[in-house]
Amino acid sequence: MQAALDVADAGFKAYLVEKEPSIGGRMAQLSETFPTLDCSSCILTPKMVSVGGHPNIELLTYAEVVAVTGKAGHFRVKVRKKPRYVDVDKCTGCGSCAEACRLKDRLDSEFNMAMGKRGAAYVPFPQAVPLKYTIDPEHCLMIQRGKCGKTPACSDACPAGAIDFDQEPQIVDLAVEAIIVATGFDPFDPRLKPEYAYGLYDNVITGLQFERLSSASGPTYGEIKLDDRQIHDVVFIQCVGSRDRSLGNAYCSRVCCMYTAKQAHLVREKLPDARVTVFYMDIRAFGKGFEEFYDRVREEQVLYRRGNPSEIYARGGRLVVRAEDTLLGQPVEVEADLVVLAIGLVPRADTQALAQLLGLSSSEDGFFQEAHPKFRPTETDVDGVFLAGCCQGPKDIPDAVAQGKAAAASAIVLMSRSGSQLASGEE
Amino acid sequence: MEAEQSLLERCDLWGCIQCGKCTGGCPVSFKTTLNIRRLVYQALVEGELSPDGMAELWDCTTCGTCVLRCPKEVEPSDLIIALRTTLVDGGVIPPSIRDALTSVFRHGNPSLMPPDERADWAEGLGVKNISEGADTLYFVGCIPSYDDRAQKVAKALVKVFQKAEVDFGILGVEEKCCCNEVRRVGEEGLFEYMVEEQRELFKGYGVQHIVTTSPHCFNTFKNEYEGLDIKVQHYTQFVAELIEGGRLTFTGELNKVVTYHDPCFLGKQNGVFDEPRRILRSIPGLEFREMDRNRDRSLCCEGGGGRMWWEGTNPEEKLATSRFEEVLSVGADVMAVACPFCLLTFELAAKAGGYDEKVQVLDIMELVAQVI
Repeated sequence: MQAALDVADAGFKAYLVEKEPSIGGRMAQLSETFPTLDCSSCILTPKMVSVGGHPNIELLTYAEVVAVTGKAGHFRVKVRKKPRYVDVDKCTGCGSCAEACRLKDRLDSEFNMAMGKRGAAYVPFPQAVPLKYTIDPEHCLMIQRGKCGKTPACSDACPAGAIDFDQEPQIVDLAVEAIIVATGFDPFDPRLKPEYAYGLYDNVITGLQFERLSSASGPTYGEIKLDDRQIHDVVFIQCVGSRDRSLGNAYCSRVCCMYTAKQAHLVREKLPDARVTVFYMDIRAFGKGFEEFYDRVREEQVLYRRGNPSEIYARGGRLVVRAEDTLLGQPVEVEADLVVLAIGLVPRADTQALAQLLGLSSSEDGFFQEAHPKFRPTETDVDGVFLAGCCQGPKDIPDAVAQGKAAAASAIVLMSRSGSQLASGEE
Repeated sequence: MEAEQSLLERCDLWGCIQCGKCTGGCPVSFKTTLNIRRLVYQALVEGELSPDGMAELWDCTTCGTCVLRCPKEVEPSDLIIALRTTLVDGGVIPPSIRDALTSVFRHGNPSLMPPDERADWAEGLGVKNISEGADTLYFVGCIPSYDDRAQKVAKALVKVFQKAEVDFGILGVEEKCCCNEVRRVGEEGLFEYMVEEQRELFKGYGVQHIVTTSPHCFNTFKNEYEGLDIKVQHYTQFVAELIEGGRLTFTGELNKVVTYHDPCFLGKQNGVFDEPRRILRSIPGLEFREMDRNRDRSLCCEGGGGRMWWEGTNPEEKLATSRFEEVLSVGADVMAVACPFCLLTFELAAKAGGYDEKVQVLDIMELVAQVI
């Protein structure tokens, strides 16, 4: 988004291709950001709106790049726009379809990390850009079975007549001079660490789920609760899926120490009497204001215990986190009502497919390889293709924004040579 | 023996970041002074480590949890085995373990039993010797060969094989200890000697397929007998195939609530979690219930790594006893096991704790044999 904005502000045309129904990415899911505690969606939404409304940016949401040919300055990009089954020109975003959908509140909301529900007709979140509804073809009764009641409830409800089950995928051909890859990351799947029993106990959740839980726009409107169960003890476990050779994820994910500190702070703020324990291996508070924030959180009586927990099990209806407190040199069992796993960042599952499409290579960690680790951090081995954000490696928001701006600058340098200002495009 | 090598040359410990995941998951760390994380650190700091006076080294059950969970792919239990080797070489070793090792060397089994009685359990069962030729070698193992209780498992397995018309044979009096535990108590020399002997024996009979009663035999044949080009299966894997391939059919029903305890050497160390459960679920009438700690989170019975021969520094507190509380909490009538060590350890704990009136400890094969 930042790269598109910079390119567009410099007077070039930018195409922004987004796989999901809305732009915003993972940041839209976060509640507050570390270490400043800015409300994530409050600072992100204006950016999204700027992108959506920018005269030089053409948004292609719910779309994927399927083919790329040509070379720097002369790329041809084939984009497949998936059918939304909603005519975006007619849709006013009123939400009547979602209200009426027979599957309303029956499907897991991806945006809420399955902590909340949605229907088959949905917007991922209220601040979506574009604010156009989408019908999920994998679940919609009409699409799956050809029948939804007598007539589809969404069609009946839509005052604009925007529902269109006859929509087909559309292929759009773009001619661009440069491509910026900003595809992000996947959250680590903690089922790969079976000792933490994620998926077996509903009160073992991931850091990203915690974000939705503590977000004012989330399924609990910001309350840290699962149901009526009282939460007295919260345990955070760091480095889940990071720094782990046994999984092939040898790298540090760079954001988990600080997002955990922030989440521990939020627990303290929202559940003042809760006991909050963070189990860690090392704390990496390396960025601006990070160490100070880590200091603050400890002062708020968050107990940091050194040790990498080995197992979670249940006893008497509560969770038990089994670890060694390595500073005491003693094995310990800590009871908890909520365990939050600080899951790391992993390369997207489609990284290899995209790498093939663009001729990119991956580094050993599986993320896209930059052209030079020191001097060409946003460029790739393919001229005219640039990297921004977590697709190149885990990073926090300011680093991702900085790389986005750098990638935009690199693209602008390329495009300036051809003098295509106000005429040409990119990603 | 690699006596000239230093400890740090024998064990690759430099990747350790002292995160404590090993000790945190160690099943005996709560009940003894054994702290594997600290031992690794001491070894790194001091270069050498004298195991003199460390009785807790013998508490390790070699369940493999520390190795399985280490995020840095260090193998902490290697250090324990290396230190045990030093103790074995110096003769500083619990007498009962020494006797077991001597017995393996002299009699081919750790229990001081006469080798020529090894196949007595099979008398009258119509089991042929592998020398007559067979598709499958049934490797019985020491405990099922000699122990009254465990013999029932071997007999049940024979019944299953015969019902499914498996062409199998046993080594009879020629069978000897697989030495999985011998290696784990640090007697690498004896292990290598015995491996050599067994390998030649298997080769001599042209064995292509081995099925074991014990996950311990299974583990060492599969992973540690170098150059053994033979398909090795634990019986749960083979019997699951027999059932699913339609070769073994059930004729009766078993109206019991059954739970299952994962043996470390089958589950955690070799990833065989599903087959035992698939067998149990296929038994007509049987209701299967999982305990909270199952599969990768299963709790060690404390029978492995030489603990069969030595009760440890804290014999009062038994993990097997706490396991029964879990069995009762799920309302199971039967605790199914798939390992002779688990069977004996749990039976002992059941009797000692008075659980034997409420819960039966049975091998999966004993359950299957009831309904075919």
